[in-house]
Amino acid sequence: MREELLAIVERNSRIDLKELAVILGVEEIDVVNELAALEAEGIICGYHTMIDWEKTSIEKVSALIEVRVTPQRGQGFDNIAERIYKYPEVTSVYLISGGYDLLVTLEGKSLKEISGFVSDKLSTLESVLSTATHFILKKYKDHGTILAKKYEDTREKVTP
Amino acid sequence: MRNMLSDKAVALKPSGIRKFFDIVSEMDDAISLGVGEPDFDTPWHIRDEGIYSLEKGRTFYTSNAGLKELKEEICHYTKRKQGVTYDPAHEVLVTVGGSEAIDIGMRAVVNPGDEVLIPQPSFVSYEPCAIMAGAVPVIIELKAENEFRLTAQELESAITDKTKMLVLPFPNNPTGAIMEREDLEAIAEVIRKHDILVMSDEIYAELTYKEKHVSIIEIEGMRERTILINGFSKAFAMTGWRLGYACGPREIIEQMVKLHQFAIMCAPTTSQYAAVEALRNGEDDVQEMRTAYNQRRRYLMNAFREMKLECFEPFGAFYVFPCIKEFGMTSEEFANRFLTEEKVAVVPGTAFGDCGEGYLRISYAYSLDNLKLAIGKLADFVQRLRSESK
Repeated sequence: MREELLAIVERNSRIDLKELAVILGVEEIDVVNELAALEAEGIICGYHTMIDWEKTSIEKVSALIEVRVTPQRGQGFDNIAERIYKYPEVTSVYLISGGYDLLVTLEGKSLKEISGFVSDKLSTLESVLSTATHFILKKYKDHGTILAKKYEDTREKVTP
Repeated sequence: MRNMLSDKAVALKPSGIRKFFDIVSEMDDAISLGVGEPDFDTPWHIRDEGIYSLEKGRTFYTSNAGLKELKEEICHYTKRKQGVTYDPAHEVLVTVGGSEAIDIGMRAVVNPGDEVLIPQPSFVSYEPCAIMAGAVPVIIELKAENEFRLTAQELESAITDKTKMLVLPFPNNPTGAIMEREDLEAIAEVIRKHDILVMSDEIYAELTYKEKHVSIIEIEGMRERTILINGFSKAFAMTGWRLGYACGPREIIEQMVKLHQFAIMCAPTTSQYAAVEALRNGEDDVQEMRTAYNQRRRYLMNAFREMKLECFEPFGAFYVFPCIKEFGMTSEEFANRFLTEEKVAVVPGTAFGDCGEGYLRISYAYSLDNLKLAIGKLADFVQRLRSESK
């Protein structure tokens, strides 16, 4: 049940526990226990809400930043990654294979705020060699959910 | 003016679904649970192959029986799933949906007066295709107490010395019934004894929720007397691509290829290229869709239990077939009232044969949210009917 449960809550963490039990064909108590176990094991690390900020009046700007760094002896990239992810405006940090080392995503109120963060804080870190900032202009799809278009059932209403 | 029409064509009853469709399509705000096709889009990588084939200019006829690559993939697939081998060069025919295979399969084997056994409730095409092929359709009425499976006794008592072929429609539309290995073994014995053919329509083979689907071709002595029909519509959510196939003994497939060649030429080329991709890389998509259907199936069974609506648990296709006999209405009356009063469309069981009387086909090829909405309305409706009759 674990894999199926994870697949469901990954898409809808607000699903009713009773309903979850019904569609998985197990008892509600088993679902409760399994979720608790998944949380305890750190497999479920949080429950977030997907928000299309574009549709609100709140201004938000996000950016992807490619960061090249010098790894440190004995620490690799972990130290520098930690330095970066501790900033609250940083929403994610990934170690990447290929042309650069870290992919950092940032969220801020304005372009100015983000470029200020990059020039003042990120680039000045000792092991950071270079950065390249890409501002996100529009989100079409995020976390497997298509934001740009609404689902429409175009099937004939009754078919054999 | 003299009679210009074929008596046989004129005598065919129009599909019961059609009648209902006309009513529903006039209502803009009706929620439908009446659809016989997946709600999923064709997986993108499959569509992409179709598009790519167009870009490359692969817009010509294929050979009559189908693209060589596709026929080979069909044979690999059947070997993988059923453990049965077919020769791609002589024992496979790619058709325009499973429906075409039903039609030409009948026409390839039937002589005037031959009897074709058709278990019902079942898909709407078997009976008219049998009639147009010159056969006498003989209906076997499946029973709720057998979970709408075909039993050896039912089969045995329908067979006469004119019986040519049995249509075996499992996993079943509209009941959702399946036949498991022991069920198939029991009827296979009767089939072998009376030396009849089988047309096994396994279009829903990928959609079973118990053990893996078992095909009649896996049972001893059956491969050589069976026309196996399958297709891409249900498993890969490819209904509009119109692509199916038949596998069978060379002698039968050869006749089918002739009929197909003269009537159709070849199945759509774009669809055939897409289908190659479906069989090569579509397994995970099928698994994902199957899991989603199964969740909805469980949701519905639970909802019926809660509203105390009688329904055997179906383990195949994407239909449930609840019984509404307690309300003292015909299926059609129930469906019509439900549609007018709650604006939800379900298909009366009688659209799939007279013995569907007292039942409804409810499709779960809808998102859970959609189902919840519709089933909430069904619960209200059922409660109202019960309080009326008190």
